[in-house]
Amino acid sequence: MATKEVVKKEPDEESLFTGTYSFTTVTSKINDIVLGPTSKGWVFGFLASFMVLQALLMALTWLLYEGIGVWGVNIPVGWGFDIINFVWWIGIGHAGTLISAILLLFHQKWRTSINRFAEAMTLFAVACAGIYPLAHMGRPWFFYWLLPYPSTMQLWPQFRSPLIWDVFAVSTYLTVSLLFWYTGLIPDLSSMRDRAKNRWVRMIYGVLSLGWRGAATHWHRYETIYLLLAGLSTPLVLSVHTIVSFDFAVGNVPGWHATIFPPYFVAGAVFSGFAMVVTLAVPVRVIYGLKDFITDKHLDNMARVMLATGLMVFYGYGVEAFMAYYSGSPDEQGLFLKNRAFGPYGVFYWLLILCNGIIPQLLWFKFFRTNIPSLFAISIVINIGMWLERFVILMSLQRIPWQSSTWGQYSPTIWDITTYVGTFGLFFTLLFLFMRLVPMISAFEMKHMMPESHTHAPGTHAGDKH
Amino acid sequence: MHAPEPTLFGLLAEFDTPQALVDAANAARVKGFKVMDGYSPFPVEGLREALGKPRTLMPVLIFCGGLTGCFTAFVLQTFTSGGHPTEWDAYVPQWFNYRLNIAGRPFFSWPAFVPAMFELTILFSAFTALFGMLLLNGYPRLHHPLFEVKEFLRASSDRFFLCIEATDPLFDIDETYAFMKHLNPISLSEVPQ
Repeated sequence: MATKEVVKKEPDEESLFTGTYSFTTVTSKINDIVLGPTSKGWVFGFLASFMVLQALLMALTWLLYEGIGVWGVNIPVGWGFDIINFVWWIGIGHAGTLISAILLLFHQKWRTSINRFAEAMTLFAVACAGIYPLAHMGRPWFFYWLLPYPSTMQLWPQFRSPLIWDVFAVSTYLTVSLLFWYTGLIPDLSSMRDRAKNRWVRMIYGVLSLGWRGAATHWHRYETIYLLLAGLSTPLVLSVHTIVSFDFAVGNVPGWHATIFPPYFVAGAVFSGFAMVVTLAVPVRVIYGLKDFITDKHLDNMARVMLATGLMVFYGYGVEAFMAYYSGSPDEQGLFLKNRAFGPYGVFYWLLILCNGIIPQLLWFKFFRTNIPSLFAISIVINIGMWLERFVILMSLQRIPWQSSTWGQYSPTIWDITTYVGTFGLFFTLLFLFMRLVPMISAFEMKHMMPESHTHAPGTHAGDKH
Repeated sequence: MHAPEPTLFGLLAEFDTPQALVDAANAARVKGFKVMDGYSPFPVEGLREALGKPRTLMPVLIFCGGLTGCFTAFVLQTFTSGGHPTEWDAYVPQWFNYRLNIAGRPFFSWPAFVPAMFELTILFSAFTALFGMLLLNGYPRLHHPLFEVKEFLRASSDRFFLCIEATDPLFDIDETYAFMKHLNPISLSEVPQ
């Protein structure tokens, strides 16, 4: 099977790597983006993002000064934009881990040129997501009360609550994603150290690379732990969104108390994450001239993943509707019909079905997977659709608690919206810094993927030890 | 041809393909050299075997790290909120007893402890993986004798190196130099200590 696979992979490899490159040119092409001069476009993009970031700081400052009342949340709707955006951002992050970890385990070579970028996206998306639950606490300066530590007040967290599981899951996710990303960066940082002309630049990358010198024994340990980190991240990423869905599913609220939630949330996270990778990869590969590395084949593959996960999500919507009907509970049925589909937020529900259910079906056709502008447009539609999904899940039932006397409505205030817009500023500021300061494609893995890197043990044609 | 250098780290041969490095490493191992290493910009398959280096124990360490994380989370949750009230309570530090009655569920509701146990398993394993790898590889080590060799700058880009170190019992400056010359390297340099 091994020999067959090699023969079959050959045409595939060519389309993952267009143009003729040697080890030397791959290295210079990727590293020179960082070592070269700063482009005007970068300065413009960075400054624009940095300005939007100021909106976030302003919104958060006002929130801290005035209190949580500046948001639209109140009783009965206590979970507003903050939780919607938390779930949305963290879902986006999941594609990075999926690309870097799960596709590595499945030997999907096409992941190589996009994994670094996608992992960075994960980190920054999780950073954006993390702001919301912190701000949502109302008194964020007491965030450490969530952590288990022997306090003088002799208080401990409530370990049976999904909200505490969330603290463990999200903080572990951020830490492990950071470790995984940094591990992948070490060899490329050493390459930057060796190529930099400026003494200070060389020292900075030298310190960051910890003195990596690429010894065979070191690579052996490195490869072992890289694979194991991928193996650890795979269940981790599934657990994170599962636990996020527990925030809803563990309660007994109609419409939330459903066993479909964990898989349906995970599929939705991957769906939105891949959409975001496409949204970002399309402009980046044009601006930095990386079309030889991030080829149309990559975009096509990502479109296929979007189609598959989109179908899972669409199935989830179907199951939600069916279970509402099949439960026989008037609360569940009423919730679905009178509130979700035909209630005051009904228009959002149907928009969601359009964005996440109907439009992604275009990806069945090769034309839409390979036509870059249309793929880009579909990825934006999916991003919007996944935001609407979280909005619908949260809103359509919080406004109708068990007692009709407490029914209410929710509408976001200007500060909800400013905070949301501001997190884009944070996300893109970090992304621009990342693109400027470290190689955005994993150069050593690209070189490892080239046919020239393959070796055979000499004189051992009869049998390999492994 | 070269005077014996007491402060020599080793001899460094440069190759331009991974295959040439693997072949050279094989030849050196067959010759009987032990204290040597190969250097490459990316992991080269078969190089470790060619150099005769053992497999790493990292997976075992990571497994132990994971078990520690799982155990830590279990003990933490059980000690703080899992115990039944007993007559021993007076002798247990106060901060171990924080029992919350949530909907009349048992205090020791271990299935609810699983998410935190799972997350700490992953967290501790990941820390063991990265820091264990760095520690066993001897990093951070910002300077190394090899960095004194100008050619070695390309070891992270596009060249492949074999270094036989002076501490090898078989190492003899003239003989080893001749042997490495015979491997047809692009360049062959002495690495000062």
